[in-house]
Order: sequence, then C-alpha cells, then structure tokens
Amino acid sequence: MARSTPERRRKARVKTAFSIYYAIFLVFVYGPMFAMFTLSFQGPRGGVTFPMRGLSFFWWEKLAGPSAVGDIKSSLVRSLTLAVIVMLITAIFATMLAMAFRKKFRGSGPLFYAVMAGLMVPGVLLSLGLASLLRTIGFSPAWWYSGLGVHVVWTLPFGFLVMMAVFNRFDFRLEEAARDMGADEWTVFKEITLPLITPGIVAAGLFGFTLSYDEFARTTLLAGAQNTLPLDINAAMTQRVQPTIFALGTASTIFSLLMIALFIVVYTILYRRSR
Amino acid sequence: MTTVETYAKISHAKIAPRGLLGSAPVVHGEAEAKRKYRREPGFPVPVLIAPATLWLIVFLFLPLISIFIFSFWKTTGHGMVPAFTLEHYGAFFASEGFLDPNSPDFLTPSVFIRTLWTTFRFTITVMAICLILAYPLAYFLSMQVEDFKWQLALFLLVMVPFWTSYLIRAVAWLPMLGRHGLINEFLIDIGVIDEPVSFFLYSEFSYTMALVQLYVVLAVGPIFFSLAKIDRTLLEAARDMGATPFQIFREIIFPLSLPGIAIGMIFVFVMVMGEFATAVVVYGGKTSTTGTVILNYYAIANYPFAAVNAFMLMLAMMIGVVFILRLVDIRKEL
Repeated sequence: MARSTPERRRKARVKTAFSIYYAIFLVFVYGPMFAMFTLSFQGPRGGVTFPMRGLSFFWWEKLAGPSAVGDIKSSLVRSLTLAVIVMLITAIFATMLAMAFRKKFRGSGPLFYAVMAGLMVPGVLLSLGLASLLRTIGFSPAWWYSGLGVHVVWTLPFGFLVMMAVFNRFDFRLEEAARDMGADEWTVFKEITLPLITPGIVAAGLFGFTLSYDEFARTTLLAGAQNTLPLDINAAMTQRVQPTIFALGTASTIFSLLMIALFIVVYTILYRRSR
Repeated sequence: MTTVETYAKISHAKIAPRGLLGSAPVVHGEAEAKRKYRREPGFPVPVLIAPATLWLIVFLFLPLISIFIFSFWKTTGHGMVPAFTLEHYGAFFASEGFLDPNSPDFLTPSVFIRTLWTTFRFTITVMAICLILAYPLAYFLSMQVEDFKWQLALFLLVMVPFWTSYLIRAVAWLPMLGRHGLINEFLIDIGVIDEPVSFFLYSEFSYTMALVQLYVVLAVGPIFFSLAKIDRTLLEAARDMGATPFQIFREIIFPLSLPGIAIGMIFVFVMVMGEFATAVVVYGGKTSTTGTVILNYYAIANYPFAAVNAFMLMLAMMIGVVFILRLVDIRKEL
C-alpha cells in the first residue's frame, strides 16, 4: 500500500533539510582543523591567521629541526609508550570488570559508580589531588606511574561500558555447553569466551590508546620533569604562537586518524572472524 | 539407544549419588554436590574486581580525599603543614573588607566565588547550545538514516574528533577568529559587515564557540543511542492512530530520549566545568576559570588554597549532576 504522494514529498523535504544540517555540522566540527591544516603550509613571513603569505614547508621543516618546540621526539615516544600501557591495562581491567558484572555480587552498585566516577571527575582535580598528595609524602610525580594511574582512571569507564555492551549480547549457553562437557574455567575462557569478545577488547583498547595519547588535563601536574606530547603542545601554545604549532597539530591529528582507522580495520576483521 | 533410555541413564546417574534411590543417604557425596551447586560458574568475582578496585582507590579516591583534607591545612609559603584552619575557605568566600562597612568591598563576594560563578554561567550556556545543536543531529542519524551501515558511518564521522587532541582542536580555532580570520572574511564577503571586527578573537563569543565545538560530540553520542533504542513499532502504532509527526515527537520520541539528553548534558557539564586550557588559547587568558585558579595556586605552592577551589568546584559539579539526575531517571539506561 503506497503512501499518499504529498506526505512522501514532505518526508523527502524534511530529510533533505536534516541532511543539509548534518553537512553544516560537519563543517563546524572539522572546519577549524582544515584551516589549521592549510595554515601549516604558510609562507615564512606569514602568521597564524589568514591570509596566506606564500606556500611553503618552512614551518614543517622548523618542526623537524632540533629546537622547535622542546624535545618533541622523546615526548612523542613517551606519549606512545604511555598510550600502549594504558591501552593494555584498560583492555584487561575492563574485561575483568565486565566479567565480574555478569553476576550479582555485593558492592556491585558502588563499584559501578566508582568506575563511572573516573569519567565524571575533571582532570584538573585528579591532577591537583594526586600531585599534592605525592609531594606531601615525598614522591615526585612522573609520567610512568602517576600519569599512568590517572590515565587509566579516565579510560577505564569507556572500556568498561564497551565490554558491558559486549557481554549484554553474549550467548551464555556457549560457555555452559563447554562447562557441561567438562572444560575447566580457563579452557572455557580461552576457547569460548575470549575469541567471541576479542572485537570488544580491541574497541576498549582503542579508547584506552587514543584518550591517553591526547590526554592533557590529567597529565598537567603529574608528568614530572619529562613532558608528554600534549604537554609540549601546550607549552608551545602558551609561548608565542607560530605556524609551527599548526604543523605539529596537523601531524598529531593525522596520526590520531590513522590510529582510529587502523583500529577500525582490526575490529572489522576480528568481528567478521568471531561470527 | 533411544532418547528415553538416554534420559533414564542420565537421571539415574545424577540422582543415584545423592542417595535418593537407596535407603541410606550418601553424606559426603551430598555435601560435595551442594558445594558444587553453590559455586557459581566463571572466575571468582573478588579476583576479577580486585586489581581495578585497588587502582581506583589509589588513583581516584585518595586524590579526592586528599583535596578535602589539604583544604584545611596551613600554607608555609613553599608547601603546607597539617592543621585545621578555615582561613582558606574564608578567603574563598569573602574578600578583605567583607565585614567592614567602610570598605569598598563591603559584602562583595570574593573574586574566587565570582570566578566559579562565571565558570558555571559559561558551562550552562555551552550546555544549552550543545543540546540545541546535538539533538537534531542525533535525530537525523537515528530516525532519518535508515540503512544501519550508513548510520554507523555518519555517526563515526561525527565522533572522530573526540579521539583527536582537544588542545589541537582549540588551537585550530585561532585562524577562524582573528581580525583577518575566516569568520570575519566570510561575513565581509556576504556583506553582513564592512570592516573586520575584533569581536571574534579573545572574546566570550569565541570562547563559547570553541567550547561548543570541542564538547558537542559528547552530547551527540548519548542522545543518538537513546533515540536509536526507541521501539519503532511504538511510532508505527501512534501513526496508525492518527498522531501528527509533532505529536509523535512530543509524546513518544522526546520523553524516551530524556535519559540520553541527561547523560549527554552531564558529560558536557563536567567537562566544561573542569576546563582550563581553552580559556588560555582562545580567550587569551583574559578570564580565568576555576580550573586556571587551581593551577595558578598550585604553581605558587599554595596547595591548600588550590584544594579549597578544587573542593568547591567538585561541590558545584556534584550539585549540578544530582540536579540533572533528579530531573531524569537514567538508571534504566545503564
């Protein structure tokens, strides 16, 4: 039974209007990034705003040079190392927690809210609290322990929610069947559970990696003497702003996008395999 | 073997050790069976939750408790010593001549409480704009795009910036906003203004715009999920009973999307309240948020006063979150 034509036309009009809105929204979200990308090729005498004074790789070369914005290469290495560790811990903790939450247990309510609190507490509070606590008891913060600590607090809720969603759609009968056939818990986990939830673990890891790699507020006071990449970027921003920062920003954004693409590809492959 | 025979064998094997068929109960067998019955399948819960719980205690609860405790300590100029003093709280609320009728500052709230208020005011504005921008977008994605693959792709396209550096996205606003920024050029091109206006850089406007752009995706996600979960048969039924599209939206879609709105608004609220870096970049440090105040006092090693500001910020945020949760029950959503 076909609907009346006027109604269909009205629907099409509404859909077009929404599509246009979507496009404008994308311009709003991505526009500044493209402006930054363009301006990173600013000529040597150009500034941080339009107009472009020539087209050059001047600022990119300056970024690659030795003393551009602090010691970028080693802070990049630190940021990547930290992101990988955070990714692993997030994936493991999130999986363990979600597995625990498949059962009802005492204190599950408070624990749930405790995990979620990591999402709610602003980075500046955690930074301040932990940094002043460490200084009081005579420790110096460093990125590899205090930085790592608060990064996981921030990424864990994302990973946890992903894994909860995964286990919500999990067919428990598969595990029960394996148990009935005499498999012990480790075998059940290794042979049945793990292969089925691997795509979810990858997604949880994605959150861990990218959120840690870009995290600034939580690392502000907790990285100690050695900076992570976002701290270097911030330092460069608060000094005289030059188009170098746009080159750095473009490089960093492209890297993030590549990571996301890589994760999506891995996820898709694993997801297809687990079906 | 027939099915019946198999069944008989299984039930016999299961029942026999428990002594139901024999005259004397097999005691140790029964105890073991009971223990096995009670033991739930899967890894033990304490083992699963212990590492994450410990981690949260050390890196989430101890820092928050420290803030509260340190806010009562005494500053020494280069650190702090244990004490119980309310002087920092006093300084937070009241400026020097608060109780002196002759002072120009008589009964004026201190700069810190005004900063917190400004932070709050900005946050509410940003939340409102985020909601207005995010809702139609989430509605479009969930209700108008029918193909699931397209839905996912378009949704991811919106969410991708969330996974890129937010500092970089804040910096990226600079070329848009200056006197020769893209917004000025655009407005001149379409003839709205004749001369470039400096209104766009280092102004409340640019600050608000940048914050909205940084955090609007946090509102899109939850609203999208709650809209996507709505049972389409409800809408079909309403349509069959003659409801207009607007009635369907008001009576069904909007109420069912409230949990998503609440979660999205909580995200934006806590993020913008704790904001401090964007203010420096796009506002030129002309204003301070409570976040920048905290960092400034930390930098001069006045930890207790930083802690007081942090605690008040935390309090304001908790009140805000509880208020939003009062309006909407999100427990079903989680």
